[in-house]
Amino acid sequence: MAFLLPFLKIDKAVQDRIVPPSGYTAQLTVLTSAAMAFLAVFALTLSLATGRLADRWGDELARSSTVRISAPLSQVAAQTKAALAVLTTTPGVRDARALSVDEQRALLEPWFGPSLPIESLPLPVLIEVLETDEGYDAEGLRLRLAGEAPGAVLDDHTRWRRPLIAAASRLRLLGLLCLILIGGVTAAMITLAANAALSANGQVIRVLRLVGAKDDYIASAFVRQFTLRGFSGATFGAVLGTVAVALLPRAQTTGGFLTGLGFQGIEWLWPCVIPPFAAAVAYGATRFAAKQTLKRLM
Amino acid sequence: MIEFNNVAYGYGGQDLLTEMTLSLAPGSFHFLTGPSGAGKTTFLKLCYCELQATAGRVHLLGQDTRDIARDQVADLRRKIGVVHQDCRFLDHLSVAENIALPLAVAGKSRDDTNLNELMSWVGLAERADALPAELSGGERQRAALARAVIMSPDVIIADEPTGNVDWDMSLRLLQLLVELNHMGKTVIIATHDMHLIRQAKSHVQARVLRIANRRILQAGADL
Repeated sequence: MAFLLPFLKIDKAVQDRIVPPSGYTAQLTVLTSAAMAFLAVFALTLSLATGRLADRWGDELARSSTVRISAPLSQVAAQTKAALAVLTTTPGVRDARALSVDEQRALLEPWFGPSLPIESLPLPVLIEVLETDEGYDAEGLRLRLAGEAPGAVLDDHTRWRRPLIAAASRLRLLGLLCLILIGGVTAAMITLAANAALSANGQVIRVLRLVGAKDDYIASAFVRQFTLRGFSGATFGAVLGTVAVALLPRAQTTGGFLTGLGFQGIEWLWPCVIPPFAAAVAYGATRFAAKQTLKRLM
Repeated sequence: MIEFNNVAYGYGGQDLLTEMTLSLAPGSFHFLTGPSGAGKTTFLKLCYCELQATAGRVHLLGQDTRDIARDQVADLRRKIGVVHQDCRFLDHLSVAENIALPLAVAGKSRDDTNLNELMSWVGLAERADALPAELSGGERQRAALARAVIMSPDVIIADEPTGNVDWDMSLRLLQLLVELNHMGKTVIIATHDMHLIRQAKSHVQARVLRIANRRILQAGADL
């Protein structure tokens, strides 16, 4: 972003005034940048949130699974013991333990409330299996469990987590694609606005050339104006977007995926990247438009 | 200072000017005359690189203008002050800012004392903060002249500078241009006003260039 530093010098004030204020074109540029920055904050939020989700699900998929013991009441204890014995001797299983009644109640509480008489229900016993980094051979374990504890069913979560991870990863990609599109649309809009401003100021360009202005100087006058407009609009939009994200419901209040949208920790700094990025886009777009126009106005 | 060697300029396959060979010495004073449409403005534009010759060679301040880069044109124009009949200004800037514009584009700092002196010299000291649209025709011409000389150029080119002003103002402008010539500047004035040329006789040794039949003729007689 070193290219922005010369714009902060005070002696550029003269150059600022050389291009006349162009009314609604200027306001439209600021408005466009603000709107795009606002959208960019949400695209960023979506991308980061889905990224977190995919990582978390992927992590859990890789390291945990469940064995469910569904057997006649008289055989539950024996089959649980047999299953635990099989699990503890299976390569790739780091730990295996049966969930307590309280833990099972906690699992069911979101659906049935805290007053569920869990002791009176014929619930299966759940065994939590923690894996090593290498993991275990799921098919081999299923076969061994079928032999030692016929009521044991291994659920390694693959079947339902894998599509969710794929969906989350795809959402993350879509978020990134949105950011790229937003950048592209911003560049296109600013190029159009810059072209309009350059065309409307043909007389200014002719006078500047008459008195010895070089193309770089003329281009810089326009570039500086549009870069500052892009930066100020994007700053406003990014602040507004960040506030809107901050006001989204917390993940804990209602649960579910959508409430997980937002920034966490250091991620709150990401919106700060948007204004300089918008300024860079405006700088590039205006410079390109100015060079093309000045070449045409030979 | 300015050299034309067998220069021609034309478009659409037809020469507007042809076979122009001449040399304008440093510190000389020239009037350029000819009927309307003869090509006076075209000749002047060749003198400050607004147009490129279609044949022959033009040397401006020792530089061949064939295939000249645009930045080099800008450098040349800082050494050549131009006054147009229609006085092009940036209408949103004040008169003082317009006059100081060549300094700004050249990256030079503006000395307000010098600027005020220059504006007084052209009689616009009281009009510094006015906008160009608020100036009369004569004031605009004088402002254009002040802008043309603020960089202390080697050459002053004026295209019909008295075309839109009354006789008294014409004499005033002529006097300013003569003063610049006395400071060593090369001056070229395009005009069809023969009275003005005769009036200059008592103040400056000027030569007359006449464009006729697409060619430039040196009248030869000193005025």
